[in-house]
Amino acid sequence: MSPAGWEAVIGLEVHCELLTATKLFCGCRNAFGDEPNTNVCPVCLGLPGSLPVLNERAVEFAMRIGTALNCEIRPSVFHRKNYFYPDMPKDYQISQYDEPINVDGWLELPDSTRVGIVRAHIEEDTGKTTHVGGGGRIHDAAHALVDYNRAGVPLVEIVSAPDIRSADQARLYAAELRAILVASGASDGRMEEGSMRVDANVSVRRYGSDEMGTRCEVKNLNSLRSLGRAIEHEIGRQVAVVESGGAVAQQTRHWDEAKGVTVALRSKEEAFDYRYFPEPDLVPLAPDRSFRQRAVAGMGPMPAERRRRLVALLAGEVSASGLDQVATVVELDLDGLVAAAIEAGIGPALALARTANEAAADAEGTRHLDPGAYVKWLRMENDGILSATQAKAVLAELLDRGGDPAEIAAAKGFEAMAEDSLVAVVGEVVTRSPAEWERYCQGDEKLAQFFIGQVMKATRGKASGKAVVAELKRLSAGA
Amino acid sequence: MTREDAAYVARLARIDLTADELDLYAGQLAAVLDHAAQVAAVDTSGVAPTAHPIPLSNVLRPDEPRGSLDRGEVLAQAPAVEDGRFRVPRIMGEAP
Amino acid sequence: MSLSGVSATALSLATDVRSGTIKATEVIDAHLAAIAALDGELNAFVHVLDGAAREAAVAVDRRVEAGEDPGPLAGVPVAVKDNLCLRGAPTTCGSRILEGWSPPYSATVLERLVDAGAILVGKTNMDEFAMGSSTETSVYGPTRNPHDLSRVPGGSSGGSAAAVAAGLAPLALGSDTGGSIRQPAAFCGVVGVKPTYGTVSRFGLVAFASSLDQIGPFARNVADAALLFDVIAGHDPLDSTSLDRPLVQVGPCLADGVAGMRVGVLAELVDGVDADVAARVHEAAEALAAAGAIVEELSVPEVRYGLPAYYLIAPAEASSNLSRYDGVRYGLRVEASDVAAMNSATRAAGFGPEVKRRIMLGTYALSAGYYEAYYGQAMKVRTVIVDAFAAAYRGVDVLLGATTPTTAFPIGAKTGDPLSMYLSDVCTIPTNLAGHAAMSVPFGTGAGGLPVGVQVLAPALGELQMFRVASVLEAAAPPTPAPSPPPQGSGGGVR
Repeated sequence: MSPAGWEAVIGLEVHCELLTATKLFCGCRNAFGDEPNTNVCPVCLGLPGSLPVLNERAVEFAMRIGTALNCEIRPSVFHRKNYFYPDMPKDYQISQYDEPINVDGWLELPDSTRVGIVRAHIEEDTGKTTHVGGGGRIHDAAHALVDYNRAGVPLVEIVSAPDIRSADQARLYAAELRAILVASGASDGRMEEGSMRVDANVSVRRYGSDEMGTRCEVKNLNSLRSLGRAIEHEIGRQVAVVESGGAVAQQTRHWDEAKGVTVALRSKEEAFDYRYFPEPDLVPLAPDRSFRQRAVAGMGPMPAERRRRLVALLAGEVSASGLDQVATVVELDLDGLVAAAIEAGIGPALALARTANEAAADAEGTRHLDPGAYVKWLRMENDGILSATQAKAVLAELLDRGGDPAEIAAAKGFEAMAEDSLVAVVGEVVTRSPAEWERYCQGDEKLAQFFIGQVMKATRGKASGKAVVAELKRLSAGA
Repeated sequence: MTREDAAYVARLARIDLTADELDLYAGQLAAVLDHAAQVAAVDTSGVAPTAHPIPLSNVLRPDEPRGSLDRGEVLAQAPAVEDGRFRVPRIMGEAP
Repeated sequence: MSLSGVSATALSLATDVRSGTIKATEVIDAHLAAIAALDGELNAFVHVLDGAAREAAVAVDRRVEAGEDPGPLAGVPVAVKDNLCLRGAPTTCGSRILEGWSPPYSATVLERLVDAGAILVGKTNMDEFAMGSSTETSVYGPTRNPHDLSRVPGGSSGGSAAAVAAGLAPLALGSDTGGSIRQPAAFCGVVGVKPTYGTVSRFGLVAFASSLDQIGPFARNVADAALLFDVIAGHDPLDSTSLDRPLVQVGPCLADGVAGMRVGVLAELVDGVDADVAARVHEAAEALAAAGAIVEELSVPEVRYGLPAYYLIAPAEASSNLSRYDGVRYGLRVEASDVAAMNSATRAAGFGPEVKRRIMLGTYALSAGYYEAYYGQAMKVRTVIVDAFAAAYRGVDVLLGATTPTTAFPIGAKTGDPLSMYLSDVCTIPTNLAGHAAMSVPFGTGAGGLPVGVQVLAPALGELQMFRVASVLEAAAPPTPAPSPPPQGSGGGVR
């Protein structure tokens, strides 16, 4: 939250690497983690005489992202952004400037807030610089080493409108964007590996004002957590500066994860003069209808749509925690399993809760399960054949070794209790606790949990809580 | 082009120039720019710029790997190498 | 004093090598001998590929002996400008900053030559990074004009023009950004062709100004130039600006004549040039009329804005293209305490004055606050010129004019005054801005017996009609003085 009386204005710039086989302008492999300078050729090394040729798949991925972000896809032009830096082999970056491929879109957060997307354009990545000596800190380093494997890897840069108002919302935006990128198939969205990189433009203003404060760009945000922390800190810092009578200086600031602070990098007085001009070695891009259709063919619905569909399936009022569960299963790509279960007649609340909690704990494993087996597993608990505790044990085994849920349950001795023996146990328990039974019969339903616990103890967890409740109800009705 | 302009562009273009060179180039380039400024005389209202003499669009290549260069051959051309990478003096600023 | 080596044409050499009448090794030896004898004076070559050329010639001979056809350029020595990348061979662009650099790959155009059986004989001298009109800005010193060693051969492809004129190679490749093939061809009395932009792949051509650069042939006659053009033209998927459309071979059409062809004598390329040069253009127009062409005078006033537009567009692109010479990955490095200082010191030491001037000019034209007035406006003027040419070509098939305002000027005459040097490209630049084709054909001499070139301009992909006109002009031209006699001992059995 912003300090009282203040409002933050935040826009995010997200760079994501595209999942192409090759680089943006040459046939070198687009791979992470290879030996330095092994995926290089005359083009991505910027050798004299080399020329770029645009990767068709990268354009398709960019159009997928644009479509997923509700952008207008337009004819576009590549420009050169000129500045010297050793990780950039040509000392200019090929990017899109005033005619980007995607413009004017929006992204919907799980709470239905819309954040505007200004543009999502194609550009090439730079190489990787390692600072040597001086503890790896840039200014103290003795020298630097450059690896050009990443140089020329295709990126899409997604620029949001300054519509974000808090660190939490920024995190939600980044998470949602990541889910969209993954769902579009264009990127793996891995922040730790740097395939998704987030910079935040942050300014503050008095609540109710519609002026824009001086903004700072915060870099080095390597996780959603550091994104949230860095923005929180930066908002506090800027408010403190203004409240103490100072003025925020326009700066690029670096998030220091260990110290939990942002540090000034350079002031904008040394602003770069990028001398953008149209890249003469590339021709304009004007995707026609069929190219655009080909690009998005096979692309499934985006998370917001998937959430809507799931909520509709849940039929009826969905609680706030239910909405969180919906967001979780969609983000983890498990919503298909929930939908399959509900369609197969499993209780919606159970299907959602088990998937958002137990299954989500191993989302990767769950995604690899046979959906039929998963639904069968849910059905056993749904029908009272397994207790909740037993169901969790069966899922763990199912994820661990695979197999058939019924056989796993049988092997574990989780035989469903015969109805008559359950009736007997419940009857016994009720008789042993007359005071509690009296209160239950008078309408104190909380005591159901007490009786379930007693029955579980007596049956060593073999009973189904649902069946116990049914029997309790039957007994009390007759009492 | 003034001497200050010349100093600014030399810095942008990363070329060290002596004071004498700055004076010489500023004068020569001012003369060239005077001539080039004739383009201002052309009425170009409503005229689109030409970036490419022969208009083409959508020139694309399939996303198929082609061979990369041998690292030894690449690094053999470099002024300084360390640990399979290009070695450069320390870098004083972050990339923009 | 003048010089000349081997006089045999490329067409006759290729024919004889393919038929086994002569060996490729004999051909290459004769040319290597001529280079050894004459190039000390001319300085046309910066690197002679003697070993590799002999090996290639041996391979060609083996193929002929085995009954194979090595291709249309079998055994023909070709000199290539030093801005064309050849795997494993020094490629310096006449610059100190690329001293010692050998590219790990070859230009598409050189692969096409080798596939056609040609023998790459050496890399030729040039103005540094092709920036110049006299071949005086090379770090290897000036090339001299074979017709008069005190004069420049023109530039920037002066080494290639001089090598062909002097008989050190029957064919050569140059690059033409604002006239760098046609202007030295005119000064040296040879044929020089600037093809339509996108006709010849630029992959492996070290860029000067990417939207203007085009590789093209030098030869001593039109048929040889056509032979080379037909080999190098064609689509290349490695160059995004390469035209992917069927090309007509020009060689078979050279004798088709110009009867009924409409020729416009372009006033802007005749008025204001030296009287001796203008006189040759008018004689050339008369010759075409005599051959059945319909000749008219016409004016395209917009081409006068070509030079100022060019001197904004070309340096702007160059300033960006030359950023990569930063001392990090290849070529020269001058050590310094941090990377920015290293970049600046390296570039200060590695680039010559003309390159520095153009980088500064281009940087300025693109910089914040000046872009619209300079670069932006120049790009619009470019459109105006393109449109004006298009209108002219609705009435004529080709245009005719001077290639250069003067004949070859003395070495050193313009080095102190960049603007006067730039003005020597005034007749050739408009073609590059429009992306059209043009060529220079020797047509008699001017003052002092120096060669004069007449320029034939054609619209995009108009090479066929352009070559047909050139062929008629060649037949009608007053004899061009051969740089002769050849010094004793050079040439051997191949003349």
